[in-house]
Amino acid sequence: MSWTLVIVLALGAYAFKVTGLVILGGRTLPAVVERCLALIPAAVVTALIVKDTFTTGQDLVLDARAAGIAVAVVAAWRKAPLIVVIVLGAAVTALLRQL
Amino acid sequence: MVVACLTLSGAVGVFGFSFGVGSVAAGASVWQTCALSLFVFTGASQFSAMSVIGAGGSLGSALGGALLLAARNGVYGLAMSRRLDGSLGRRLLAAQLTIDETTAMAVAQPNRREQQIAFWLTGFALYTFWNVGTLIGALTGSAIDPQTFGLDAAFPAGFVAMVWPLLSDRRARLAAAIGGVVFLATVSFLPIGVPILLSVIGVLVGVQRPVPPPVGTEVSRP
Repeated sequence: MSWTLVIVLALGAYAFKVTGLVILGGRTLPAVVERCLALIPAAVVTALIVKDTFTTGQDLVLDARAAGIAVAVVAAWRKAPLIVVIVLGAAVTALLRQL
Repeated sequence: MVVACLTLSGAVGVFGFSFGVGSVAAGASVWQTCALSLFVFTGASQFSAMSVIGAGGSLGSALGGALLLAARNGVYGLAMSRRLDGSLGRRLLAAQLTIDETTAMAVAQPNRREQQIAFWLTGFALYTFWNVGTLIGALTGSAIDPQTFGLDAAFPAGFVAMVWPLLSDRRARLAAAIGGVVFLATVSFLPIGVPILLSVIGVLVGVQRPVPPPVGTEVSRP
């Protein structure tokens, strides 16, 4: 992997933080912009879940990961702590691969 | 506040560990993985970038998705700028620590002084735990086969833990559904990583003004 990713991402992420905290200071954004920005994680992270659970490259696949993540979703729904959600997801996936 | 901060730090340490494992599995070196946590220090973006790289996506698409997720820290910065005192140097340092958890801990405090204590305390604790967790995870990930231990499922499981609390909001659920469907509809024919960028279309749900629930809907049920 190239260091370009590390450097550009570090600069870009810091730029957003500094823009809000130091450059724009106490100003406020239009409400519609704030609402849309607040929804980015819900939309993008959900797509990442689908990607890492059901795809390999460009192919849709159904394998042990799907069962692991299904268990992780149930754990999150039952308000399990973060560590339990992650460990269950990984453990169920690993166990199914052993079968 | 200290108890809440320590509980949060423990969770973030585990998150850092799973990032370390996954990042090495996706092709980054231990050094690169640690550099990401030290200098990027915003979890969702780091996970997203390495998830796309691990799948074979291009540098541009990996960066695009990660930067979309980093944008919200700008909004947190706006919220914190009204609460933090200090010199420019101090604000530049505070900026690096401005993420979901530190902002949430700070704004939950009743007065300006406690807000500042909460921000700095949470910031330094999380920074430490996130980076130590990442280092241990990266070393573990390079010593074992991640597939055997199901550690490739640690990324999506971590994403589940990340997104779940957001979904108590109806609009967030709609945005999430659109993001997921857009990804599924485009993954087979667009370059790897691009469907993640497109999933951001889901935020357009936010264009419409929130509708307050009709008065009395809860109590009028028989």
